[in-house]
Amino acid sequence: MTREDQARKYPDVWKRFTPRETLVRYAWFIGLVFIAVWSLKRLEIPWFYFLDAHEQAADLVTRMVPPYWEFFADITGPLIETIHIATLGTAITVLFALPIAFLAARNTTPNAATWFVGRFILVASRSVNTVVWGLIFVAIFGPGPMAGIWSIAARSIGFVGKLIAESIEEIDRGTAEAIEATGASRLQVLMVGVIPQVLPVIYGTIVYRWDINIRESTVLGFVGAGGIGIMLYSSINQFAWHEVSVMLIAIFGIVLISELVSAMVRKRIT
Amino acid sequence: MSVPVWRPPKFIVTPWIRYGLLFLVVVYLVCSLTPGLVPLVSLNIDWTRAGRGLPRAADMFSRMFPPDFSRSELLYSGLRESVQMALAASLFGMLLSIPLGLIAARNLVPLPVYLVGRALLGISRTFHEVIIAIFFVKIFGFGPLAGVLTLVVASMSFIGKMLAEDIENMPPGQLEAIKATGASFPKMLLYAVQPQMLPRYLGVSIYRLDANIRHSTVVGIVGAGGIGQVLAASFSRYDYDFSLAILLSIVALVFIGEFFSNWVREKLR
Amino acid sequence: MLSITDLVKVYPSGEQALGGVNLQIDQPQVVAVIGSSGAGKSTLIRCINRLVEPTSGRVLLKDTDVTSLSRRALRKARRRMGMIFQEYNLVERLTVMENLLSGRLGYVSFWQAYRRTYPPQDISRAFELLKRVGLDGYHNTRADALSGGQRQRVGIARALMQQPDLLLVDEPTASLDPKTARQIMRLLCELAHEQGTPAVVNIHDVNLAQGFADRIVGLADGVIAFDGAADELTAAVLNEIYGEEDWSKTIQKSGADRSAGKDRGALERESAAG
Repeated sequence: MTREDQARKYPDVWKRFTPRETLVRYAWFIGLVFIAVWSLKRLEIPWFYFLDAHEQAADLVTRMVPPYWEFFADITGPLIETIHIATLGTAITVLFALPIAFLAARNTTPNAATWFVGRFILVASRSVNTVVWGLIFVAIFGPGPMAGIWSIAARSIGFVGKLIAESIEEIDRGTAEAIEATGASRLQVLMVGVIPQVLPVIYGTIVYRWDINIRESTVLGFVGAGGIGIMLYSSINQFAWHEVSVMLIAIFGIVLISELVSAMVRKRIT
Repeated sequence: MSVPVWRPPKFIVTPWIRYGLLFLVVVYLVCSLTPGLVPLVSLNIDWTRAGRGLPRAADMFSRMFPPDFSRSELLYSGLRESVQMALAASLFGMLLSIPLGLIAARNLVPLPVYLVGRALLGISRTFHEVIIAIFFVKIFGFGPLAGVLTLVVASMSFIGKMLAEDIENMPPGQLEAIKATGASFPKMLLYAVQPQMLPRYLGVSIYRLDANIRHSTVVGIVGAGGIGQVLAASFSRYDYDFSLAILLSIVALVFIGEFFSNWVREKLR
Repeated sequence: MLSITDLVKVYPSGEQALGGVNLQIDQPQVVAVIGSSGAGKSTLIRCINRLVEPTSGRVLLKDTDVTSLSRRALRKARRRMGMIFQEYNLVERLTVMENLLSGRLGYVSFWQAYRRTYPPQDISRAFELLKRVGLDGYHNTRADALSGGQRQRVGIARALMQQPDLLLVDEPTASLDPKTARQIMRLLCELAHEQGTPAVVNIHDVNLAQGFADRIVGLADGVIAFDGAADELTAAVLNEIYGEEDWSKTIQKSGADRSAGKDRGALERESAAG
């Protein structure tokens, strides 16, 4: 073999992964399969239900069409109530979220204890789902929109407060320091040095949350906390599928509109 | 002689819009909160009943303490079921989100397919999990299967939407280059799309696992299995001390889920 | 080898990009297509492998009528045409080797492609080409860790992995600094000659075109305004292609660069640096 030939010989084996990497990849794969099998096995899923699921679903669809359009007159009230619950709940959120956000932001909280309280409220509020809050407030206020409004507020405070607190922590320190240097009180610093800087974030977050809340308030009725959900639940339980389809279309409509409104407003703000 | 006063600039500059909006807000509050003032619009709030809310809340809280962890067997099995529902739903949601994400990406598929994909995404995202859950409960009966399917639908559309948006934002050159080598569509997905999408996809999926743990605690309220079903039952029996124990466990579980999700996403970066 | 007849492309917007292009390439040569931006250079090259669907006209590659192929047959035809891009278009998160092997995607099964188990001759060809373009040892580097010049070298190697009958090259140097641009252009032309592959190279830099190409085609408003050897390019011709301008500084005596290109040792040193 000449030197030329020797130089022309190139390796003809190439592996993307080292054996170790391959092993790790297989381990991940087996792990995932194991988790899937374990979860499904313990859930004791009756697989035979799936045999006629498509028939059930098709049956459901045929029962839902055509929608019983006259029913729309009956659900106007509940639909408006749904929007009210979301809007008023969001309004209450504003009142609470702002002071709590100042407690939960490291650069505006008075001391470590207040910071902890602020953080705890935010975490607790976010960990409990709106519908679960609904259960609690129905027990307190009795069934009706009042419970719904407070459930929306209770869940939203954590969401809005967390985002505002984060934006407060990211503000330009200089402005606030400059105002502090003039000898202003803590409240004055907040009003003049901090709030104007986070105002667009506050408005944006609130409008965004309002849009989510419209969607959430459509189901609060399932636990008795007002809105369209009460009628939806009872129609489903009575197998009145023609009414159900009208309500689903109506819900689709208001969710879509609220999404558009929210996107439009947020675009104007920022 | 008046001293000039400096005022910070207002967020809404035009005064009449500012005061007009304020006026509208006041009108809205009065109309919506006064029962019977405007038919259909005013909320039907029983203020005397609501006024009793505070003492009732106090009573409820006093009955909640101390939380009752004695029925740990029920609590544990409910939590385990929720976690299993979340895990199974995340895995299946991840798998199903791939075809959904692909057909909802305008740069991969022709217009009719794209519209179908977008419509599927739109519909499944509009309806709250609980509405979807109640449908599955009607079809499959009470129990975790309805819950798993609900969460599968929710995860599928959530991850699918992210995936579709990511694919649409991909630089077109890589697709073009792989196409130009004569590769078929599946191979193009394998070499141009998959490597670029994988990290974000995993990140979103892990986030979704965390969200599924949170949501698995609530679908049970309409009978779709998990800890939510136990919680709803305890509320209907006025077992408030057990309810608090469940709530605290849920908070702990959500906390662990969030911690795990953040940890994994940090590692993926 | 390549024969283009009456190629017309009208975009849905009504804009006519190509208005009847005729081009014959009968021997392995580097054909530089020059012209101002919007003259249809990019459309021309993409109509040849139908990444852009031509409105009418015919493209013959050897004996294959590319314009009449079914989708499946078109994919087969595309394997025979290597393409090189301005923005390199490497898959950023894949390794250099995977990017090279993607040139063989048309020849392996989906499973092989997924497992990255390519035939040994593909692997050794990839290593050979990597060495030839001056990226010896870079096979496990991820594409996003490479510099612009290095990426274009990978791009060239990927196209050559296809063992193409034709190279389609779209502005290979437009994103590179002048020195790297010359190195890349030289490498490209050398490889095309070495492999005996004709190449259609879109390039807006008249100097580079003149310095390295065997033949120059000038495109203006979607039709061919000039077709001839590099040293036939005159100020009058450039006026016709680009419009009135003082071209005295641009036109150069060709040959100087090509002789430099033959100095293999100098090239190897340069490419190792790039």
